[in-house]
Amino acid sequence: MGSQQEVSSHRIRSRVAAVFAFRESILILVLVVGGIGMTIASPVFLTWPNLEAILLGLSVEGTIVVGMVILLVSGGLDLSVGSTLGFTGVVCGLALVAGVPAPLAIPLSLVAAFGVGMVNGVLIAKLKMNPFIITLGMMITIRGLLLVIAGGRAVLNLPPSFTVIGQGRLAGIQYPIIVVVALAVIGDLLLRNTRFFRQNYYVGGKEQAARLSGIKVDFIKIFNYCLIAVISGVSGLMITARFGSASVTVGSGIELRVITAAIIGGASLNGGEGSVLGALLGALFMGMLANALNLLGVDVYWQNLVTGVMLILAVVFDMINESRKEHRT
Amino acid sequence: MSDLLVVENLRKSFPGVLAVADVSFSLRKGEILALIGENGAGKSTLSQILGGAVRPDSGKIILEGREVSFATPQEAIHGGIRMMFQELSLVGSLSIAENIFANRQPVGALNGIRWKQLYRETAEFLQRFHVSLNPRSLVKRLVKGEQQILEFLKAISTSPRVLILDEPTSSLTETESAYLMDNIRTLRAEGMSFIYITHKLSEVFRISDRVIVMRDGRHVGSRPTSQCTERDLVAMMVGRDIADNSTRPAAKTDGECLRIENFSRRGAFSGISFTVHKGEILGLSGLVGSGRTELARAVFGMDPHDGGRVFLEGRPVRSDSPHEAIRAGIAYLTEDRKELGLYVNMPIRDNLIAPTLRRFTSAFGFMQNKPINDFAAAKIREFSIASPSSFKKVGKLSGGNQQKCLVATWVGTDPKAIFLDEPTRGVDVASRADIYMKIEELASAGIGIILISSDLPELIGLCDRILVMHHGRIVGEVERKDFSEELILSYATGLQSDRGEEQRRHG
Repeated sequence: MGSQQEVSSHRIRSRVAAVFAFRESILILVLVVGGIGMTIASPVFLTWPNLEAILLGLSVEGTIVVGMVILLVSGGLDLSVGSTLGFTGVVCGLALVAGVPAPLAIPLSLVAAFGVGMVNGVLIAKLKMNPFIITLGMMITIRGLLLVIAGGRAVLNLPPSFTVIGQGRLAGIQYPIIVVVALAVIGDLLLRNTRFFRQNYYVGGKEQAARLSGIKVDFIKIFNYCLIAVISGVSGLMITARFGSASVTVGSGIELRVITAAIIGGASLNGGEGSVLGALLGALFMGMLANALNLLGVDVYWQNLVTGVMLILAVVFDMINESRKEHRT
Repeated sequence: MSDLLVVENLRKSFPGVLAVADVSFSLRKGEILALIGENGAGKSTLSQILGGAVRPDSGKIILEGREVSFATPQEAIHGGIRMMFQELSLVGSLSIAENIFANRQPVGALNGIRWKQLYRETAEFLQRFHVSLNPRSLVKRLVKGEQQILEFLKAISTSPRVLILDEPTSSLTETESAYLMDNIRTLRAEGMSFIYITHKLSEVFRISDRVIVMRDGRHVGSRPTSQCTERDLVAMMVGRDIADNSTRPAAKTDGECLRIENFSRRGAFSGISFTVHKGEILGLSGLVGSGRTELARAVFGMDPHDGGRVFLEGRPVRSDSPHEAIRAGIAYLTEDRKELGLYVNMPIRDNLIAPTLRRFTSAFGFMQNKPINDFAAAKIREFSIASPSSFKKVGKLSGGNQQKCLVATWVGTDPKAIFLDEPTRGVDVASRADIYMKIEELASAGIGIILISSDLPELIGLCDRILVMHHGRIVGEVERKDFSEELILSYATGLQSDRGEEQRRHG
């Protein structure tokens, strides 16, 4: 009798363990508990303007993290996303100011972003260079390039035909929020369920084995760098449109925030692991944390400290979880 | 001469294999002892035990009358036994002097290295061994052979009493080999003892005083080198009775399957031509490094090739990438299960479908879970893979079950021709039997099989015909009626060759 009870409690425990083996579940729990706590602590938290502010603040990290998690799954990494973001905004801004109509300036600037990704991808895939070094180099190069072409100054007075993409609303919701949600849903579906994107898990799991399995490893890598560059470009256009001007410093430092979000969300720098949902929850967690500290009147400097500790905890948690699983078998 | 080193009943088993089984022998002061045996006979494990890299399960090592036990190579070196590694242990970005005196550099005040003294001592040391290299040169600037010589010098610089050499001439030119042998003889005269592991029988006669033969982990014989012939040694290496090689009915070889014409890859193999018929099991024998794996990888498109063509059922195949090869109907089961074969951190099902993802994709590019799960369940049953679920990570399975997964994965591509590279390496007896049965099934289904194996009884038991490679060329072809381990081994060791400059083609 006692043993039967033990068995069933063991089964429940292992069910619970199975659910919490997924990083997404833990993050959702943390977000819900945190949300409830914040609702009690601050009357402002659970109001639409505040939630909209969180989501809007998330729109840049939230879009880029979709590309980043795909890249991390395949064993890659891109530090140049912030520069590409700024570069795309400046290219578009300069084109607009020069009189190019928005429907032409937007694709033109995205082609520029695509070019950055292509250079990254080809150098890394074909010449087998280290992604960290190449994209670090590109991060500095592209930031330099945009400063040169913009003459070091922000591009001002952008036409309303363009700024609408960052400021307009659909059914009362701002476009950037719609974009981040749509991209996340589509991205999660693609990475989880389509053959093309699932190949990333094989490439990141073991690159040479993937080649032996007939997977076109180089093509996939190049595609991923192009994809994240275009996503960064879209993000850059939205933020430029939102502010009505193309800043030359926008996006600096965003690459580390995005990678942090993806890793808190369960991705690994060793490749082969991660999901779009997890990465987005990671970004949401960081956004909500900043918001909470702000509402609670905590000094803004605490935000970095807490985020850093969370990143380390997430990685340590992974290690412990992994070695415990090893132990069991 | 007295016994310097005595080994008593040394034993070491790895999961599924008894690598060294109760080996005893002794080594005298100033003696060169050759250690020979087929691939997998236990030579390397034995030398690793003596060198401190592997702990034995039982047995004694007695050095100069005292029992010793080494936990690490450092302890062994300290105790007087040093192993010279086949894989280079040198640091390319450091100078010759720093490599030879790694961790033993002369130091002065505040632990600072006395560079002048270091270079002077190195120069004296190099001079003593007639090497004209600058102590300040960076090791990465040296050619492979020079590095190998340096590895040797580094090993003797600590004046070990016993030096273990594992295939020391594998990357040396004839001149460099002669240099090495001269120095070994000089050191022997000074009282250093050597255990010399080699595949090359000619070297046994050139350098050794006595020879020990190992087979299946056992010490099967030892005698003074002057009292034996190459034929004796081959017979001792092979040893076992090979009567039952007629278990398989002769293949119905109906039509050409895979034809390779004049295939070459610089530095690996050249002028390779052969044909595999439908339903034929063609063995590819040869020692490690003879180019068998390199050939298979190039035909499969994993490595580039310099020349030659591949035909499958008479139609040319572009062997540019594994992608093309798989689509054409060629499969390659790698010998390197851990690094190239399996995605150990992924579930069994994801491994099984890795080369055939397209087959499980809907028109819109979505993966279809039900067919995948059905396929995985069917393969797990068909190959009797012992796992409760197809979602278990492959890395958690035993070696034998991992190998069965790998075989299932590649058989699952429905190939017309398949290369099986060491399909039973490191596999337990039961799984081995399962894999053999599967190979015969494939052959009777009309698939052309190229079986690469270092296990001669395996080749003899399964194959219809065996090609033997030596130094990147096919040097012999043996028909089933002529199968014998002696004959195959004599081709593989380069004692015999019936395919010189002119390559015969087989149709």
